[in-house]
Amino acid sequence: MQTLTMNRRSFLRFSALTGGGLIAAAYLDPIADVFAQGPQAGPAPAFVANAFIKVSPDNVVTIISKNPEIGQGIKTALPMLIAEELEVPWDAIKIEQADLDQSKYGQQNAGGSTATPNNYDPLRKVGAALRLTFIKAAAETWGVPESECAAANARVAHRGSNRTLTYGQLTAKAAAMTPPALDSVPLKPQSDFKIVGQAKGGYDNRRIVTGQPTFGIDFTLPGMLYAVYEKSPVFGAKVQSANVAEVKAFPGVRHVLVVEGTTDTRGLMPGVAIVADSWWQAKTAREKLQVTWASHPTSEQSSEGFAARAQQISTQKPGFPLRVDGNVDQALTAPGVKIVEAAYAYPFISHSPLEPQNCTAHYQNGKMEIWAPTQTPQQGKQLVSSVLNIPMDNITLHIQRAGGGFGRRLTNDYMGEACAIAKEIGVPVKVLWTREDDMRHDHYRPGGFHFLKAGVDASGKVVAWRNHFVSYGENEKGIPGFANSANINGVEFPARFVPNFDFQTTLMPLGVPTGALRAPRSNAFSWVFQSFIDELAEAAGKDPLQFRLDMLAGEGMPEPAQGGDGFRSDRARAVLQAVRERSGWGTRQLPKGTALGVAFQYAHRGYFANVAEVSVDDQNRVRVRKVWVVGDIGSQIVNPSSAINQGQGAVVEGMSHLMNWEITIQGGRVVQSNFNQYQPTRLVQAPPEVDVFFLKTNNPPTGLGEPALPPTIPAIANAIAKITGKRFRSLPIAKHGFRWA
Amino acid sequence: MAFTLTVNGKPASVDVPADMPLLWVLRDVLSLKGTKFGCGIGQCGACTVHVNGRAVRSCQTMASAAANAQVTTIEGLSPTGTHPLQVAWQDLDVPQCGYCQAGQIMSAAALLASTPKPADADIDRAMNGNLCRCGTYLRIREAIHRAAGQVTRPVQTAQAQR
Repeated sequence: MQTLTMNRRSFLRFSALTGGGLIAAAYLDPIADVFAQGPQAGPAPAFVANAFIKVSPDNVVTIISKNPEIGQGIKTALPMLIAEELEVPWDAIKIEQADLDQSKYGQQNAGGSTATPNNYDPLRKVGAALRLTFIKAAAETWGVPESECAAANARVAHRGSNRTLTYGQLTAKAAAMTPPALDSVPLKPQSDFKIVGQAKGGYDNRRIVTGQPTFGIDFTLPGMLYAVYEKSPVFGAKVQSANVAEVKAFPGVRHVLVVEGTTDTRGLMPGVAIVADSWWQAKTAREKLQVTWASHPTSEQSSEGFAARAQQISTQKPGFPLRVDGNVDQALTAPGVKIVEAAYAYPFISHSPLEPQNCTAHYQNGKMEIWAPTQTPQQGKQLVSSVLNIPMDNITLHIQRAGGGFGRRLTNDYMGEACAIAKEIGVPVKVLWTREDDMRHDHYRPGGFHFLKAGVDASGKVVAWRNHFVSYGENEKGIPGFANSANINGVEFPARFVPNFDFQTTLMPLGVPTGALRAPRSNAFSWVFQSFIDELAEAAGKDPLQFRLDMLAGEGMPEPAQGGDGFRSDRARAVLQAVRERSGWGTRQLPKGTALGVAFQYAHRGYFANVAEVSVDDQNRVRVRKVWVVGDIGSQIVNPSSAINQGQGAVVEGMSHLMNWEITIQGGRVVQSNFNQYQPTRLVQAPPEVDVFFLKTNNPPTGLGEPALPPTIPAIANAIAKITGKRFRSLPIAKHGFRWA
Repeated sequence: MAFTLTVNGKPASVDVPADMPLLWVLRDVLSLKGTKFGCGIGQCGACTVHVNGRAVRSCQTMASAAANAQVTTIEGLSPTGTHPLQVAWQDLDVPQCGYCQAGQIMSAAALLASTPKPADADIDRAMNGNLCRCGTYLRIREAIHRAAGQVTRPVQTAQAQR
């Protein structure tokens, strides 16, 4: 089994708490990244304490949760790992959200499905080391051998004498002890787990269902003012003039500020801030705001223009190669080879977390204090520091629970706005965006165009695969010139599994801010590649599931020395075989107008295969009857309740991508503005059943916030194509006359 | 405009612009943060409260329309936070990000008040105006049935604790 080894520099340090009790700070080397390949892994990050446990004399155990909670369940899952080895009942654990302090906690991010792989072994070792210390402290107190003592329920018991001491009673003694070396601490066998692997409700659930202040938007300060922030609909245009005096005369309005901003669309965008006693007054005054925006070079760009340009580019020589094997031209002209050609396109889409962007900030005496829902607090702090010229040491950031992330809050533009205003006015202020602001000023999942041509031989084997991927960025800069999240890895399947393979790309300049959206990149190309594979299966006259297994036969060509993604075909085959069995693929009689579709995806180190049972009626009304999700994310699911929830949610989100989601650019600006034009899946449309199943394999546990999403989209699309006999090669399919039943 | 209304059983006097939506009266004047802002146009349901027992979108309800009305928010759904829906929501670990859930529960509470044993079609009608961006709909449906004391087709939740 591949294991995540503890670096020898990892250790635990105890200190006594004022007023009694103990705090354990674990100094864990950020994971020796076994997934990173080659020199781009870079130097090891700073060596810092990144797990804290407090035990009070009255035996209250508090675990500090360092990462932002955005709905992925991390505030619950990471403490479960510690509690398991510490031998504290789950109900007795308190969890506190940490403020941003990477010098104490190490990385504090939410993104990339990294928290589980980075913390699975290290946090259990922290819990185990503290438990062993309490056992040692008790044994010394009683003058008995440690081997006669055992810990359970936050206390140590001595076999034979029936004496017990709570952890709380042992804190004073334990705080003075030398902690055991973390790399030699033994861990429980999986079969002894009592907390890890059990369904645990989210720690904040009670606060949520009773409506207590929980999210960034709920945070207030005495004397706080509210602000709205108007930006140019053409991204990044500067304010030429605005009717500041007129707006300032509106009731409740305290300040109207013209913010110069920067040219970085991920930083502080130029705009006009209206600050008022209440948010409603600020928003009402904004309706009378008139801004003349400076002209901007991107004001002519449009989705239509990009599509036309991509079409043109597809007939020309590509910009640069991503991967080339064998000779595609030769393979395609070999006798008996059937050729399939298709062009696929997907649009920009918006993240649209339900909690609009917001941030509260207070600037006084040269210091900035920030309360923000964010996935990347450290980057937010750096942004504020650089744009507003405030030393990092003078900025404090309190991480707030986020009402959804999906990648939107990887960018902290709203934090820059709140702090720019706070620095001007010197009193606490909350910036809150409208839904329209959020939809028109996102960092969108970039659109893309794939021009595909492939061949299957007489035996049904894929012998050649060509893809000209037209994406966004600057060609002359080569691969690093991709617009944010518009890139793709050349080893992406079916690379390595088709002998003649030609994957090239050409980039178009873009003036639309882009960024990662849940399962970045694969949320788009999974639909393209897994749809096209179904087209090839049809040309080969093969069952699409078996066709995938055949493509995945063997180990494929070796991974490149650099830039590999760790894909293993045996794990992909296993999830496909499992989903075939669970869904009754090929064994069930389905009514007319109903079919199954399949797809698989490797993303964020996880392997997922989905089967969708779908009906389409004669008016193109689509009903997703059931989806089977089979995932392999390693040897252990930390919290099955949360894991299944993520799998179910990924299916529902994938349906939105397929049917409705599109952000259209016209005249350099976004057309859609609210949910009436950008419909997420609703309750009545959601499948009545989603069967989520995890194959437990002998591999390190990895994350699952993201990888279940991508295969949902092609699985449903493949079922629709099977029913209708027509293949729709651009998203969303509402544009082709489909709607939910 | 100054007027009084009853919020969660207690009288409240406010002086706000007549066109200020009830949502902002609740959140920013009365400091009841449980009712959420999601879209401002009645599309998402995050702001759902009860006015005189009916589920309404508080972002589309002007303050003036709430004068003398009985308003119930998520904070007042149950004095102890143990309304059957609040219990079922925790038992089934419904929330992911949690932001929409107060609105979901308020829509569901109005449904159960009028239809104590809802069929799936009743749930479709009552809940379709409430968006969940995280996609927790399967659990929402199951939690409503559970709160209604109905045993239904088991939805895969792996019963959660706490």
